[in-house]
Amino acid sequence: MMRRTIASLTRLFSGVRLLHRPPHGDGPAVFFANHTSHLDFAVVWAALPHEVREQTSPAAAEDYWSKSKLRRWIACGLFQAVLIAREGITRENNPLERLAACLGSGRSILIFPEGTRRCDGQVSAFKAGLFHLARRFPQIPLVPVHLNNLNRIMPKGAWVPVPLIAQAHFRDPIWMGEGECKADFLARARAALLASHEST
Amino acid sequence: MDRHLLYLLSSVLGILVVSSIIGFVLARRVQSEKGKATVANLNARIQSWWVMAAVFGGVLLLGPVFTTVLFALLSFLAMREFITLNRTERADHEVLFWAFFVILPLHYFLVGVRWYGMFTIFIPVYAFVFIPFRRVLSGNTKNFLASTAKIQWALLVCVYAVSHMPMILALPIEGYEGRNATLVLFFVLTVQLSDVLQYVWGKTCGRHPVAPKVSPSKTWEGTLGGIGSTVAVSTCLWWATPFTPWQAALMALLICAAGFFGGLVMSAIKRDLGAKDWGSTIAGHGGFMDRIDSLCFAAPLFFHLCGFYFGTGVDPRPPEWVLHLLGR
Repeated sequence: MMRRTIASLTRLFSGVRLLHRPPHGDGPAVFFANHTSHLDFAVVWAALPHEVREQTSPAAAEDYWSKSKLRRWIACGLFQAVLIAREGITRENNPLERLAACLGSGRSILIFPEGTRRCDGQVSAFKAGLFHLARRFPQIPLVPVHLNNLNRIMPKGAWVPVPLIAQAHFRDPIWMGEGECKADFLARARAALLASHEST
Repeated sequence: MDRHLLYLLSSVLGILVVSSIIGFVLARRVQSEKGKATVANLNARIQSWWVMAAVFGGVLLLGPVFTTVLFALLSFLAMREFITLNRTERADHEVLFWAFFVILPLHYFLVGVRWYGMFTIFIPVYAFVFIPFRRVLSGNTKNFLASTAKIQWALLVCVYAVSHMPMILALPIEGYEGRNATLVLFFVLTVQLSDVLQYVWGKTCGRHPVAPKVSPSKTWEGTLGGIGSTVAVSTCLWWATPFTPWQAALMALLICAAGFFGGLVMSAIKRDLGAKDWGSTIAGHGGFMDRIDSLCFAAPLFFHLCGFYFGTGVDPRPPEWVLHLLGR
């Protein structure tokens, strides 16, 4: 109930529209989006249909979201996020393990393969995480989500948002190709995400 | 309650009922694929009109506070669409925050307390000066004039122009006291009817485009037929206004013409930005700006013509409590 309300409010505020149909079939998926603002994960999460949203965990930075009880509750309780480490990564706390465990249990995840936010609305090269996940779960669809205007609503370094209309374009899913190398795959995934750029 | 307002609202209800019946009949009779798409869009438009008419009629009946709040909301949504399509930059972020969350509410506050003197100059003077001041603080000189001009335009068109509609409620007209809500409805009805009839005439017998590069759907037949029939209808509604039938006809002609050019201007901006519609919130119509584009430019003209020809002079002085606050 609370999640539904928060999702509706996010849609109202960001103007992002609800998808009536997930862009892939049923079952878990990896949603990957370009990262431009703090609001990104909330917007993608809110744009998903309710049933898919309940089954989707966004990846969030552990160092930021576990700082206080409130933050931890927002991340884990409200958004059902997977907290992943950004610093001091060892074999034991490899962030991919937690995401893989999540996918293995049948849930979908939302990740930002650029790793960090960009302020100019462009899309950086992807980090390897998406490739490793795709190799481990070759049957799971990878759904590109191109986010528009969020860097204008809440750009890096801004204190206050401006109420523009955000857009989240869900594209056709891609899969890992047979024997595809890391660089090729990451370039193809990035191109699939940017394909929405031309059609809008 | 002015009974003329109820009569006028009943006419709107009548028009909606008739158009819904026509839409229903057309949907059953049309055969071709292209025709089906047009009728589906027509019926989506009619359905949206029901909602818009219910909301607008409702707030007019509820009184000036509700009417002012509705127009404030419309301004907010229209400016949101306007700024979203106009590619603003990172350096504009803080200025935009001021425009949306400070200037817009303050301006509608002035409408609400009917401080006419400040209402007319707040955006053209104070906001006009403030926006470049705040923008220059960002330290970024790239596209400086284009950026500030976009934001000033957004405020003038989406906020200042639109707010002249609720401000009609504060216009003293001799022999017309307490009936201004009817005049607001007359104005909005005339401009919107002209839009609708231009669409109907254009769809049925439009051949020669007026400005193919700006708005391919606007034709000479549609424009002249639509404006002509709207002027005829609005003249018949003179009893709801402070005008004689001849004055009502002239006023209707003027605001239809201003509405037509306003729509064309907003189309030109839209086209330059590479978009077909301002948004997609209202089914069949596009965005809020697509619906109110013709009202924007006609509203200040109508307000001032009513004021200077029929009005008895608006008091520009600050309200009592402001003077008290200033110790005067």
